[in-house]
Amino acid sequence: MIEVDHISKRYGNKEAVSDVSFDVKDGEILGFLGPNAAGKTTTMRILTGYIPPTAGTARIEGLDILSQSIATRKLIGYLPENPPLYGEMTVEGYLHFVARIKGVPGADRLRKVEEIMMKCRLVESSQEGGDYRHRLIKHLSKGYRQRVGLAQALIHDPRILILDEPTVGLDPKQIIEVRELIKSLAGTHTVILSTHILPEVSMTCHRVVIINKGKIVVEDTPENLTQQLHGGDRLVVEIKGQLETIERLIKALPGVRQITSKPLNGSGAHELTLEVTSDRSVRNSVARAVLESGAELWSLRPVSMSLEDIFLQLTTSEQEVGGEQNGSALAEPQTSEGIDRES
Amino acid sequence: MRNIWAIMQREYSNYFVSPIAYVVITIFLLVMGFFFYYILRLFVQNSMMASMQSQQFGGMAPPMDVSSMVARNFFETLSTVLLFMLPMLTMGLYAEERKQGTLELLMTSPLTSIQVILGKYLASLAFFLSMLAPTFLYFLIMQVYSQPHFPWSPVLSGYLGVLLLGGSLIALGAFISTLTENQIIASVSTFGVFLILWVLDFATHSGDSKLGEALNYLSVLNHFDDFSKGVIDTTHIIFYLSFMAFALLLTLRSFESMRWRQ
Repeated sequence: MIEVDHISKRYGNKEAVSDVSFDVKDGEILGFLGPNAAGKTTTMRILTGYIPPTAGTARIEGLDILSQSIATRKLIGYLPENPPLYGEMTVEGYLHFVARIKGVPGADRLRKVEEIMMKCRLVESSQEGGDYRHRLIKHLSKGYRQRVGLAQALIHDPRILILDEPTVGLDPKQIIEVRELIKSLAGTHTVILSTHILPEVSMTCHRVVIINKGKIVVEDTPENLTQQLHGGDRLVVEIKGQLETIERLIKALPGVRQITSKPLNGSGAHELTLEVTSDRSVRNSVARAVLESGAELWSLRPVSMSLEDIFLQLTTSEQEVGGEQNGSALAEPQTSEGIDRES
Repeated sequence: MRNIWAIMQREYSNYFVSPIAYVVITIFLLVMGFFFYYILRLFVQNSMMASMQSQQFGGMAPPMDVSSMVARNFFETLSTVLLFMLPMLTMGLYAEERKQGTLELLMTSPLTSIQVILGKYLASLAFFLSMLAPTFLYFLIMQVYSQPHFPWSPVLSGYLGVLLLGGSLIALGAFISTLTENQIIASVSTFGVFLILWVLDFATHSGDSKLGEALNYLSVLNHFDDFSKGVIDTTHIIFYLSFMAFALLLTLRSFESMRWRQ
């Protein structure tokens, strides 16, 4: 159980996190979502005791992170954005050291290190892969470093796991493996997972907190979020005619929430994107309005919103959405750059 | 205690995974070996000259305690060489952790700041000891060949002094390492500060104002002189111990303030 209680963090005049509160229940996986520099890492660093908050506090399993810092740190496994690895140590030596400072008793240490290396596929009994235990960490590839980082976070079998972008830098196969690993922790571990890759959230998380510019924008289950915005549909309408008149007419219709337009290449026509209530009659009235104004109606099609759209809508300001909205497929990690640019 | 030991072990073995340790030890032993040989030869020659002179003029040669003279000069040289060597031991202690981001591991583990600081301090002290230990061989060899055998006390008091001096300088160097992310900057500024402490020692020889007296008391090397002469004075021991404690306290404060500087 993690209870975050009105946490704020200021750096000089800049507020990195402002008044953030949320709870994570036992055994739940919480997705912490937001563009870069939204305050995800800062919040996680506060929870793990790395940096103190400017205001507010949090409780982990009922223990206060400020006054009972050492006790809470024992409960947490933490994978920072850049895994904290000693390049000059071997994988095994490093994991032994971490097990020691995390307070794994000496008798269990050998077994734990062995177990975790198996679990994170750092030693493999069969086929491909290999034995990485005696490799120096500085010679490992990014993917394997990330695995060592994950192993480091899991070594003392913590009840709470805080993972800052755990799948960054991994190849698609490794991403799937890590997600499976995280999913397998549900129920026995309470997990906070930050990411800006949206499918990751719908695949692994029970609940989502979207944060932007240091503030929580929305908090819900991934299903509800998608549902909610399925409820609100989007219409893409292509028209040719007097743009201003049509926009004015459509805006006046009941059920239309928002309207954005852009010209279609060379044809003199425009593409309007309308956000409307899920009521189907809206489509009818939109079509009628366009035709009555004397313009040509080229096409009208409903588009349902995906988690990506919700994310963009919640985390970017309105004009920006207008420009980039339709191409916002963030299915691949590489394209997550798109979010960074816009925010 | 277990945590201090864990940090210390990691830090100590970390010295030996990089070439720095081997280079530092090799050069240190080469330099000290040369000085020992040179000092010994000088005093043996001097004593032979003195006895020859006194034979010419008749009468007994004035008694000369070669071994304690060697010890005294050796430890004085050693203390100077340490000014150059110790910054290498302390430069990486915190700077490297900050740069590599591994501080985040230490700071989010159930370790107190004191445990981290003492672990690191003891590791550099242990490394310093392992670097110093082989020089004891010089005296053992000298003992084997000296007639009559010389007393160990000036040698041991010299080593006690070196240990206290080294411990103080290491504590100060560790503190400086907490101030930067860059090993080179840490090592150069540590060396600079050591040099100032050394120069302070020169400055105090001239003039006898109140300020001169105060500076004289603060001069780290000044307190070392008695040890190399074979005198163990508790004033000096207390000076060094409080110097260490103060430097460690500064390290602790600086380490804790890092949380606010992230």
